[in-house]
Amino acid sequence: MLFGYEWDLSSPLAFAISILPILWIGLTVTIQATVLGFLVALGLGLVWAVLKAAPSRLISWPAKVITEFIRDTPLIVQLFFLYYVLPEYGIVLPAFLTGALGLGIQYSAYTSEVYRAGIEAVGPDQREAARALNFTPAHTFTHVVVPQAIPRIVPSMGNYLVSIMKDVPVLSVVTVLEVLNVAKIVGDRTFSYLVPLTMVGALYLIMTLVASAGVRLLDTWLPKQGIPLK
Amino acid sequence: MNDEPIIKFDKVIKRFGDLTVLRELDFTVKKGEKVSIIGPSGSGKSTVLRILMTLEGIDGGIVSVGGEPLWHEKGADGALVPASEAHLHKMRAQLGMVFQQFNLFPHMTVLRNITEAPVKVLGLSRKEARERGEELLELVGLADQAGKYPHQLSGGQQQRVGIARALAMRPSILLFDEPTSALDPELVGEVLNVIGKLAEEHDLTMLLVTHEMRFAREVSDRVCFFDQGRIREEGSPEELFTDPSEERTREFLQAILD
Repeated sequence: MLFGYEWDLSSPLAFAISILPILWIGLTVTIQATVLGFLVALGLGLVWAVLKAAPSRLISWPAKVITEFIRDTPLIVQLFFLYYVLPEYGIVLPAFLTGALGLGIQYSAYTSEVYRAGIEAVGPDQREAARALNFTPAHTFTHVVVPQAIPRIVPSMGNYLVSIMKDVPVLSVVTVLEVLNVAKIVGDRTFSYLVPLTMVGALYLIMTLVASAGVRLLDTWLPKQGIPLK
Repeated sequence: MNDEPIIKFDKVIKRFGDLTVLRELDFTVKKGEKVSIIGPSGSGKSTVLRILMTLEGIDGGIVSVGGEPLWHEKGADGALVPASEAHLHKMRAQLGMVFQQFNLFPHMTVLRNITEAPVKVLGLSRKEARERGEELLELVGLADQAGKYPHQLSGGQQQRVGIARALAMRPSILLFDEPTSALDPELVGEVLNVIGKLAEEHDLTMLLVTHEMRFAREVSDRVCFFDQGRIREEGSPEELFTDPSEERTREFLQAILD
């Protein structure tokens, strides 16, 4: 029994059906961690991108060093650090929050590069035209650069969404009860791993296919007429 | 016509790294005058326009537009200090530019390309800007293309949109930076027609960097031959094209007209 649900070991199919509600609970945690981690990655990544593009090296240099550091250290080390070291300094975060933040921070280093590339792909000719028309820098950014950068950014961000989803099982090392961790507990208790782990694989396949389709849909729906994407 | 120059370059120096592009350039344009700038590539022709449009700064001298320094402003003690962005913003309102590569905004329709700046910068209502934009499209012969995107137009049509877009800001000075150099030969004529019409019917001050010698001759009040960052020779189109006094001008014209 787990989370109040009994399992039925009479046949593989019956077992699979009986643990579905249990896995569903793990799956909701996986989805929540994915969404929160992705939002953190999108927000923080934009902050890094802006800081890295700052005219002052006093600002851009530390931002570059920090993102490089984040990229070059394993997610699992960062998670251990957040979960086991921070409490020594009085900062205690719940397991779920630690995991989602860790994921978001790790991926913010990648998304910042996507933003940078997307913004830089809008050529100087566009900025010069905007300047000649006396647009303010802010208006140039929001009405000339961003609308042309978004269609370039969306596909890469979609790929990172799927990557984040697939990295969520790593959060089990800091005791987050996401879907893989739940399936493993079911296996531990029943000494039958094949069915729960296969189901995790199948559920993941469905989720990534749905997420990819969603991103593709968003990509076709986005207005990008005439924007040179290559 | 006011004799006070609307544009004045006073010993202007411009460098790109080790390369000096303008060497103490003196150059004036009177209000309403149509001036063509010709010369070999690298002679600083386009740089003159880009300095006026505030796309490039200067390394020495004074540039004045409408009697006021462009790249300088009066500091607290009355001395000239480098211009602030606010000063440049104010000065830029007098100028408009047509780019060699058109530089239209690809994500906006033709009409939106023209109305965006009047609405956001001049504060016109959408309706006013739209009516004015449609008039301008009429002027450049593209009234039926308002809803299209730039990539759906030919190069010549795109450049005419570029001209309408610059005019929509009601500049008193219009700068043309090799407006037909990126066009297929058969599309050059339609753009030159529009520029010629503007030159004839409007009291705009026009500065035209071009390789179209025949057109420069027809449309301009004065032609300046640039060479190595200075004006080597200037005069009426008749003088300059039929009887240049400088050997260097003669060589250049011969090379380009052959």
